Amino acid sequence: MSTTSDPYAGSRETTEGRVYTVTGGDWDVTLGADQHGEERLVVNMGPQHPSTHGVLRLVLDLEGETVTKARVVIGYLHTGIEKNTEYRTWVQGTTFVTRMDYLSPLFNEAGYCLAVEKLLGIEAPQRAQTIRVLVMELNRIASHLVALATFGMEMGALTGMTNGFREREMILDLLEEITGLRMNHAYIRPGGLAQDLPEGSVEHIREFLRIMPGRVADFHRLLTGQPIWQARLKDAGYLDVTGCVALGVTGPILRAAGLPWDLRKVEPYLGYDTYDFEVPTADTCDAWGRYLVRMAEVNESLKLIEQALERLEPGPVMVEDKKIAWPAQLSLGADGMGNSLEHVKHIMGQSMEALIHHFKLVTEGFRVPAGQVYVPIESPRGELGYHVVSDGSTRPWRVHVRDPSFVNLQATAAMSEGGMIADVIAAIASIDPVMGGVDR
Amino acid sequence: MTGPGDRSGEDAVVGAHAPSGGFRKGAFGVTGSGDTSGFGGLVRVEPGGAVALHSTDRPYGGYFDEVTDALIEAVGQATYDAAVQRVLVDRGEITYFVGREHLLTLVQALRDDEALRFELCSSVSGVDYLDSGGPAVTPGRPRLHVVYHLTSMTYRRRIRLEVAVTAEDPHVPSVAGIYPTADWHERETFDMFGIVFDGHPALTRILMPDDWDGHPQRKDYPLGGVPVEYHDATIPPPDTRRSYR
Repeated sequence: MSTTSDPYAGSRETTEGRVYTVTGGDWDVTLGADQHGEERLVVNMGPQHPSTHGVLRLVLDLEGETVTKARVVIGYLHTGIEKNTEYRTWVQGTTFVTRMDYLSPLFNEAGYCLAVEKLLGIEAPQRAQTIRVLVMELNRIASHLVALATFGMEMGALTGMTNGFREREMILDLLEEITGLRMNHAYIRPGGLAQDLPEGSVEHIREFLRIMPGRVADFHRLLTGQPIWQARLKDAGYLDVTGCVALGVTGPILRAAGLPWDLRKVEPYLGYDTYDFEVPTADTCDAWGRYLVRMAEVNESLKLIEQALERLEPGPVMVEDKKIAWPAQLSLGADGMGNSLEHVKHIMGQSMEALIHHFKLVTEGFRVPAGQVYVPIESPRGELGYHVVSDGSTRPWRVHVRDPSFVNLQATAAMSEGGMIADVIAAIASIDPVMGGVDR
Repeated sequence: MTGPGDRSGEDAVVGAHAPSGGFRKGAFGVTGSGDTSGFGGLVRVEPGGAVALHSTDRPYGGYFDEVTDALIEAVGQATYDAAVQRVLVDRGEITYFVGREHLLTLVQALRDDEALRFELCSSVSGVDYLDSGGPAVTPGRPRLHVVYHLTSMTYRRRIRLEVAVTAEDPHVPSVAGIYPTADWHERETFDMFGIVFDGHPALTRILMPDDWDGHPQRKDYPLGGVPVEYHDATIPPPDTRRSYR
């Protein structure tokens, strides 16, 4: 071994013994400049990684800190929900689809139920529609708060995370009071709602409406003006309108590119055209604009909730047709949601026909006329479309969900290739994909 | 890995009723649903398909006529007649049933023509119509349908294109070159239905593992039962359970 010939560790003899001088050397000279250019590093990120926004795997080709190729690998959360619905009744389908995009369960339910109702040719009563808007907008705020919280966490602003989840907790408490569950509610059913608003919930929502604007202002004070936050977000994950439309990207990302495309405005459903609200946009096409759009949408949702509360009129929350309406009058007890005692008394003690009817509707379900519909609604992440096919039987023939997270995630490569690796995190956080919805 | 075909604990008698191409039976051997809800009494399902087999006559109503006229003008009457097999207007939605050889011509015109401007491809998905609606299924019937939902942001319109292919020859040209967003949609449809999109840049599985056998959302994909260790009991696969249909 001839250490003396090592160009980077020359040595000389001294009275203390041999002394090595280790130098870095000039790699450009040693290897030639062109070889430096081919120094490619493939980094696997995820699927279990705190900054990939869920069970998402990224395969990144790096040259230094520059990303030359970003590939997205999904499917780690695939649970076959679409296939499962084909073996359940139409009503049971609600409990499956609500688990897809777990941060916006009420949107999944609403989209599915609107599709089933369109197939049936029915419309939910006015009160049910208003409450749907009410709970969906509550859910939109909760979903945006998680988007902002995880955004903060992934950018290193941990207080943003704790604040976001604290505010979301208030909404989850409200949804728990209204639906009986914090998530996966199965509250919106074909034909209406599982049950009416419980007593006192309207006051609690009003209380929330009093607190929340201050909390939004806190969020702005904490993050919006902060130079580090701005430096991390501005110009990160750039995607303009052309790129968005070509890649099918909708929701806050498209609106942050300047196109005010919100299905609540352009294709109104559930009477959204009668509400007074704005569609916030930005023209920066980057993560910063998406952050601002989401913050502004929280305020718009607060306005919508207030209006929905004002127009709540007493009335039924399920269609009159007993051939479709869930037979039990569900009520929320101390141990969760269940059949009302009165209804159990009626079918068990008074009317055998009611019992038969209950049994048939619960076990067999109702039939839905054959055909197919596509119903899009505006979820917190963009166009949530339900393509539902019926063959005239008591079960869906096919339920396909056009999940906005699935489509938007395709933009990862367009947003992050050519940028720095740190901006990949900003880009994905600004897409706000929910892997439960992506993989279904 | 537990792949398809693993039906451990399958009851031979139950298996005889499995929907292996024939008409599915409901509980206790009855066909049809024995519907008592009354709602289904008004419905007549075309034999062999949940998808209605008739064509809607002009005028279609709403913006559908404008879209159709613009489409005819864009591609020419001859191409339109050759490409569009029939048109169905149902529940306020229009469906063009398109032959696969003309799909790309139509889609290109739908996206680019100034009077059409369907800029956004909302969704591409598959539907397997095997056995739907009744036993009168002719072998070789194009059971696999690819459904395209196109949105015009300029005119705020939506249309649906549908391409039907057989399971033996499940090839459809890829629209990913026209709508880049169709990339993952087509991968998912390939993954779930085994429909091959010719010309797709990288048609690989997306949700299922790469080495998976079969295409899970096909109606004849065998479903696995769940073995339970309790008094030799098993939970049969969902499609062989006692059920109303």
